[in-house]
Amino acid sequence: MTQIHPEIPFLAKLLGVEGVRHPKDPASAQVARSLWQIAQAVILFAVIAWLIHAGAAAMEYRWQWYRVGPFFYRIIDGEFIPGPLIKGIIVTLQLAGVSSVLSILIGALTAIGRLSNSIAGRAIATTYLEIIRNTPLLVQLFMFYFVLAPIFGIDRFWAGVLCLAAFEGSFAAEIIRGGIQAVERGQYEAGDATGLSKFDKYRYVIIPQALPLILPPLTGLLISLIKHSAIVSVIAVAELTTEGLNLISDTYMAFEIWFIVAGMYLVLTTSLSVLVNILEVKMNRAR
Amino acid sequence: MSNSSATAPKMEPDTLISFDGVSKWFDHFQALKDINLSVKQGERVVVCGPSGSGKSTMIRCVNQLENHQQGTIHVCGREVYGNMKQLEQVRREVGMVFQSFNLFPHMSILQNVTLAPIRNSKLSRAEANEIALHYLERVQIADQADKFPSQLSGGQQQRVAIARALAMKPRVMLFDEPTSALDPEMITEVLDVMTELASDGMTMMVVTHEMGFAREVADRVVFMDEGRIEENCTKDEFFTGGRGERAEAFLSKILQH
Ligand SMILES: Nc1ncnc2c1ncn2[C@@H]1O[C@H](COP(=O)(O)OP(=O)(O)OP(=O)(O)O)[C@@H](O)[C@H]1O
Ligand SMILES: [Mg+2]
Repeated sequence: MTQIHPEIPFLAKLLGVEGVRHPKDPASAQVARSLWQIAQAVILFAVIAWLIHAGAAAMEYRWQWYRVGPFFYRIIDGEFIPGPLIKGIIVTLQLAGVSSVLSILIGALTAIGRLSNSIAGRAIATTYLEIIRNTPLLVQLFMFYFVLAPIFGIDRFWAGVLCLAAFEGSFAAEIIRGGIQAVERGQYEAGDATGLSKFDKYRYVIIPQALPLILPPLTGLLISLIKHSAIVSVIAVAELTTEGLNLISDTYMAFEIWFIVAGMYLVLTTSLSVLVNILEVKMNRAR
Repeated sequence: MSNSSATAPKMEPDTLISFDGVSKWFDHFQALKDINLSVKQGERVVVCGPSGSGKSTMIRCVNQLENHQQGTIHVCGREVYGNMKQLEQVRREVGMVFQSFNLFPHMSILQNVTLAPIRNSKLSRAEANEIALHYLERVQIADQADKFPSQLSGGQQQRVAIARALAMKPRVMLFDEPTSALDPEMITEVLDVMTELASDGMTMMVVTHEMGFAREVADRVVFMDEGRIEENCTKDEFFTGGRGERAEAFLSKILQH
């Protein structure tokens, strides 16, 4: 490569390897590598698509893509009427949103408990973590729905929210604890030596240094929470997967609907990831 | 722990730090063995001794970055042990300077110095800034107030760390090998600041191998070995041969360099 093809700077920008000018620049090689990886992905997808097509043909599956429009929405008399898929994804977002907030809260409290000097605090936090980690999520969900929900009079949506929050909270707790513990020991000592109260030490010295370590994995966790939320379909919370299941039992269009549902999760999570990456770059630049 | 009350009845009024029969263990390893030591108001005590002899452990017991298991330590009339509130009070009377500076990397130099005054003494930002600039000027680094620690040289960072400790208006300053992490050409700038501090009458406890500094500034030299205080004598006694065998061996070793 002596001269870069006019299209490559654009590609480089797209792939995040901007500033490629000199042919000996390793970034040029990176562009070539990225192009090759894209090609690999395209080939792979082509093969998968062909396999599905062939499989469906062998089953004599009748594709009915033309029917899927109203599953998203209809417009009647100029009025927008959401279909089951849009309704479902809204519930999924609510579910994930509320459980995200709760799981961060649970995670933070558990991390504090684990790091505290209080024996009770440590015992409660550890017990919670062990129970959540060593039982299947599905069993936890049934426990919440069939045992706890009737006792406390909560509906299926909140049973789902609480269960997801408890599950993701255990991971959030470890991420938060790890970030806090990764702050150098000298920083704790400097905080102590300057006579800061414990609260001030964490508030002004430790947490600000732990946050940059905590945020990337934590946002990753919360994005994957969107996917994990599909499991509450087993207690029939009307989120995206449940709506998909209902549609399939009404229409028998299993292939189309599963592809659409998977595609919707994919679009949602990847666009959130991209958003988070952009924010992260902006934050690093601001620093 | 002894069950003596928070105020030390026996202590002389001008004693700021006293160790009475202090021992400390790390698991089964005894790092401090029956330490008895007192530092009076205005006194400058230099602590030296071979690596691993317990110098850091001893000085860190003063503000309880390490806790002891036996004996009592009194600082500014209060026993240091356990009770967090009381410990915070003691720590605010004691400034500490570390070998590795330990500045807060996410804060500007000015913020590093104002944090404790603002949080602990509830000063307004303006008051705290004034105090901070005063001390930053004293260590000749006020012009860097808006930079971040990573933008300063080691010597500059250590001077900021000294200013940060001084801004709490402590009655005692502790230094744990403040120049050991510095490039040779920066050692003097830090020692100069410390010497000036001493001439202003600050009570100081300094772990260092800088014998030139000890000769110039110290009132007393404490020599430690294997967790014990082997020598505790005036500077003159220490440097004119009143020292014991081990101190002799140690001194001849470090003076070779
Ligand atoms: N946190 C700890 N856990 C276990 N052992 C420790 C700990 N800190 C120190 N020690 C041990 O206690 C002894 C005294 O350590 P200390 O740091 O006080 O020595 P020092 O005189 O300051 O040495 P140096 O000149 O190397 O700084 C050493 O043997 C050390 O290994
Ligand atoms: Mg040491």
